[in-house]
Amino acid sequence: MRVDKIIEEAPFIKTFHLKFIDEEQGNKFTFKTGQFAEYSAFGEGESTFCIASSPTTTDHIECTFRYAGKVTTALAMKAEGDIIGFRGPYGNCFPIHEWKGKNLLFVAGGIALPPMRSVIQNCLGFRDDYKKITILYGAKTADDLVYKDELRNWEERTDIDLITTVDPGRETPAWKGKVGFVPKILQDIEPSAENTVAIVCGPPIMIKYSFAVLDKLGFDDKNVYTTLENRMKCGFGKCGRCNVGKIFVCKDGPVFTYKQLKELPMEY
Amino acid sequence: MDITRHLISKEKLSSLIGKCMEDGKKVYAPVKKNNLVNFAFISSFQEITNDYINTVQSAKPVLFPKAEKLMEIKMSKDNIELKSRDKNLISETIVYGSRPCDATGINILNKMFTAGITDQLFAERFAKTTLISVSCKKCDSKCFCTSMGINPGNTDGSDILLTEVENGNYLVEIMTDKGQKIISSYQSYFDKAPDINKDKYLVDVPVAFELKGFDEKIKDAFDSPIWLEQSMRCIGCGSCAYACPTCACFDIQDSFNGQEGQRKRNWDSCGFSMFTLHSSGHNPREVQSKRWRQRILHKFQYMPEQFQLFGCTGCGRCSRSCPTDMNIKEHLINLIKNI
Repeated sequence: MRVDKIIEEAPFIKTFHLKFIDEEQGNKFTFKTGQFAEYSAFGEGESTFCIASSPTTTDHIECTFRYAGKVTTALAMKAEGDIIGFRGPYGNCFPIHEWKGKNLLFVAGGIALPPMRSVIQNCLGFRDDYKKITILYGAKTADDLVYKDELRNWEERTDIDLITTVDPGRETPAWKGKVGFVPKILQDIEPSAENTVAIVCGPPIMIKYSFAVLDKLGFDDKNVYTTLENRMKCGFGKCGRCNVGKIFVCKDGPVFTYKQLKELPMEY
Repeated sequence: MDITRHLISKEKLSSLIGKCMEDGKKVYAPVKKNNLVNFAFISSFQEITNDYINTVQSAKPVLFPKAEKLMEIKMSKDNIELKSRDKNLISETIVYGSRPCDATGINILNKMFTAGITDQLFAERFAKTTLISVSCKKCDSKCFCTSMGINPGNTDGSDILLTEVENGNYLVEIMTDKGQKIISSYQSYFDKAPDINKDKYLVDVPVAFELKGFDEKIKDAFDSPIWLEQSMRCIGCGSCAYACPTCACFDIQDSFNGQEGQRKRNWDSCGFSMFTLHSSGHNPREVQSKRWRQRILHKFQYMPEQFQLFGCTGCGRCSRSCPTDMNIKEHLINLIKNI
């Protein structure tokens, strides 16, 4: 793939817009929201990121990543026009067609907005299919929020209820959003469980506490979804790295319902 | 295919293996070097040793190498060239001298590598490999094949099984078309089999524990303190995984020299501390006891759930290789008693 555009989202976080070098391959390529891929910095290795753009965006795909180690740093050093590798799509997907006619509640933290953003954009592409859409998104500081332009756009729309938050003590005088950890804000906004599907993604501890809040609010664990981001390598259930209980996160996930997660050992 | 039987003398067996090599087959057999017995490619039957209960390493590397090239990569100023791997991975190969536990191990590997998406590299090597196993006259305290539902004369997974009977002769049992091909191609080396019971030529391996229902019982053991007790001495060296005939976890890495290199897959182990480490620093299995638990549960609970078989053959190699004397047989006996 050629790196078509680079966006500096936040400290250590970049978004790449990627285009297939082989146009015909690009035209034939499809994926479903929630799927991921293995991105190569040739010479350094591969890294696993979700596909952060919606399948409804057909002329390019996007990935958003935090650079932290050997491969992600090599990727982060690429310039517009450089070539990287792409292997995918892998994994299962969010069953958005099953959610038609329901309210959608998206709960995300930090670098976990990218996998959600694909599904949010996909649903927004068919806005009339869904009822109320609520997005609760928090990061450590205002600077750490990703997709800042998109957030502004969502804020302005009258058909989305967007709530943003930063960690307690990390707000600046200019900050107009909420202050508090995501699970706490979730508790405060008291979303109704009636006819609602919740999609939660974030660091393991945020997921754990958010699930507990949703449980208390009466959400059925079949209607609460998440996407796990275990360490993955091959992407299709052979190398063993993402094995959790009897499943592989790459092959049987990464999208799971809370009900499915309860049947797995807590090794994610 | 029904099992058919023949007889072969030691001399004719030596000539047969020699003829197979002359005809272009590669032979992978146990060789003694520096007091250790391990599989190696041989150029004469005389290199093969009989002096082993089991080899240190299984025959797994011939089907699933320690490091295997996936593709070649060449980078230039504005282009990256990818070259697919060789299509002819190996020549026709005979693995000679594997034990029934090894053969079962290869069966298990085959199930894992062909479930869902078929691993082409494994499948191509497997198609070109014939297993001539030799049954066991001796065992040691680390062996527990009979507790895993097989035995020293088990034929599953082997194409041909040899059992040494009277006067240096071997009973030859043929289980598969691949095995039959050897017999048909080299008919003159084989004689008619006598009507004998091979059991009296096999060692008796006492059953150490009851395996039936273990995969169900073990589901209650997840939060048991037994994992910590058993793994206190484990240093996470991965020897067990590397010696094991059924372990098949791997890593994918780029290995470069300047602008050119390869993408390879290398053996890996769930026992290594970084196996599940996220770049955020979060590690779902952050302590060795959780990694030891994964090893056991994967082999004795998850693989039965995924593939309806246990991921262990009772060969005892892990116990023999372990530098801190972890003993899987003892641990399993302990587990069954305490859950």
